[in-house]
Amino acid sequence: MKKTLGLAALTAFLLSGAAHAQQVTVKVGVLSDMSSLYSDIGGAGSVAAAKLAIADFTKANPNVKVELVSGDHQNKPDVGSQIANQWYDVDKVDAIIDVPNSGVALAVSQISATKNKAFVVSGAAASDLSGAKCNANTIHWTYDTWMLANGTGKAIVKTGGDSWFFLTSDYAFGHALERDTMAAVEKNGGKVVGKVRHPLNTNDFSSFLLQAQSSKAKIVGLANAGGDTINAIKAGAEFGLVKGGQKFAGLLVFASDVNALGLATAQGLTLTGTWYWDMNDANRAWTKRWQAERNAAGKFPTMVQAGVYSGLTHYLKSVAALKSGADGKAVVAEMKKTPTDDVLFGKGTVRADGRKVHPAYLLEVKAPGESKHPGDFYHVRATIPADEAFRPVAEGNCPLAKS
Amino acid sequence: MFEIFGIPSGALFGQLLIGLINGSFYALLSLGLAVIFGMLNIINFSHGAQYMLGAFVAYLILQYSGIGYWPALIIAPLVVGLLGVIIERVFLQWLYKLDHLYGLLLTFGLALIIEGIVRNKFGSAGLPYTMPESLRGGQNLGFMFLPNYRAWVIVASLAICISTWFVIERTRLGAYLRAATENPTLVRAFGINVPVMITLTYGFGVALAAFAGVMAAPIYNVSPQMGSELIIVVFAVVVIGGMGSILGAIVTGFGLGVVEGLTKVFFPEASNTVIFVIMAIVLLVRPAGLFGRRA
Repeated sequence: MKKTLGLAALTAFLLSGAAHAQQVTVKVGVLSDMSSLYSDIGGAGSVAAAKLAIADFTKANPNVKVELVSGDHQNKPDVGSQIANQWYDVDKVDAIIDVPNSGVALAVSQISATKNKAFVVSGAAASDLSGAKCNANTIHWTYDTWMLANGTGKAIVKTGGDSWFFLTSDYAFGHALERDTMAAVEKNGGKVVGKVRHPLNTNDFSSFLLQAQSSKAKIVGLANAGGDTINAIKAGAEFGLVKGGQKFAGLLVFASDVNALGLATAQGLTLTGTWYWDMNDANRAWTKRWQAERNAAGKFPTMVQAGVYSGLTHYLKSVAALKSGADGKAVVAEMKKTPTDDVLFGKGTVRADGRKVHPAYLLEVKAPGESKHPGDFYHVRATIPADEAFRPVAEGNCPLAKS
Repeated sequence: MFEIFGIPSGALFGQLLIGLINGSFYALLSLGLAVIFGMLNIINFSHGAQYMLGAFVAYLILQYSGIGYWPALIIAPLVVGLLGVIIERVFLQWLYKLDHLYGLLLTFGLALIIEGIVRNKFGSAGLPYTMPESLRGGQNLGFMFLPNYRAWVIVASLAICISTWFVIERTRLGAYLRAATENPTLVRAFGINVPVMITLTYGFGVALAAFAGVMAAPIYNVSPQMGSELIIVVFAVVVIGGMGSILGAIVTGFGLGVVEGLTKVFFPEASNTVIFVIMAIVLLVRPAGLFGRRA
């Protein structure tokens, strides 16, 4: 008996000693648009999500100490690169997370690979991040253009929307979204009858809508984002596009955009997302905590912000498993090796090409009468299983996935 | 139906009309700028922010006191105009004797501050503003569907532009104003309170911007950056029309709206560049602008 107790005491001593020795410190940076058009999609809301992830993780793993910094890339790749360089070289940041704006994200991805740090993308959309421009230090977490195009495009063609007219934002993101959606539409038996490319930040869409109306296409696909999408839909409601029998397909629509449009204008709009705050109790509970952390009771988290929480949680798990965050490539490899599991996105995996896969949801904006409480935006019309939601590895041309 | 350059004439008429509607906004905004520049010699770079404020005031009074669109058309310009009066009294009045650049820098800084405050408070995604019941729906003109609201935009903008032009160019008050810019000392000698007149003129110019903002609220996204996106184009309109020329601002405002509308049909990618191309050409050929007087 005495011996057993002694052994137990010894074991406890050794364990606590071991735990003490394994104190892991890691530093992560949320790089986002803090002050401009994407700041409601990521921004301070992403920082709040990261804080929640850190709080939850360190509660369960007291031996891990996480420091958090944040920065504003102003949607400029040069500014974003400069911050990333400084964080990695001077401030000893181990990982960068979020980065809405594909241009900035592609730049930061390069830097992370050169300096062997980890990069978890939540905010950016370009599917190239896990395609031709993938690398061993980058994980694309929340969504991408292929997933948006395929989810919305396929669903709409299948419900009879087989002729399309595109309003496309005239830069890399819009072109990628248009290309991916056209492929999805044509693959499912639909056809594209016309398109018009408008400059970024177009104020008035009435002229383009008139062209869309005279094309007689059943579906007007919006391969744009933010203010452009909002202005196009507002003008569409005014010019009787929907009353005339045509329908909008919003290819990248966030909860904040729906809020800006108002349900009366946005109702019936079909879109694809990977996370919706009002879908289950776990999400709702997390949203309450997020609102308290963000100090904004009337705001609702976007999938990008939820993705920051989920992605950072998985990153921290891998750092804890390796007991170090110093080697970015090793952490990312560990993230790919272990299945993901968190309260917001559930169980999932990270593929060899850096693509995180999880189910996607086909959402439809509710009519004002159907909305029961603030933020009650969507009907969930269908769930796209994880293995269908994202581009097959073989089609992405990612060099990592070929070996 | 016949075709012009491969475009059905119906579609073309539609685009012309839409160009005219967008031109209404350019005309309203450039009118305010022209009045301020013509009378105060201030290049008012915060015009876009003041336009945005107009839309936000309309949103706020609807949200918090249930005051709808029609009263907002009066209240928002008054509120924002009052803010303009304060800005003029506190800052601008000290700059008239200095180079234009000082006024430009000050108003540009103010625009950034105003925009930043609004973004901090309301976020960047924008806010919903519903259209008044009485202006919903539209008319089928045969070649296009004209929403009632757009028709109202043209009518209101034309009415404001013409009456402003009339007051400044054809009435006694306007004569005082113009005289005061030419030679303030002499006009004061006649017993007219020039500083008050100048202050009110700035307030009026700012109120015009806010009025345009309320007009825009039901059809464009009400967001903090809505003004900064538009203001550069409007400056180009003013430069083409001739700095400080009221008639120039109105005519070029409508005219460039039409040119831009046609570009959206034939070469949409260039639709936000075409105005600057025209500006460059006009500056080469007539440096004072189409309607400007040589200094």
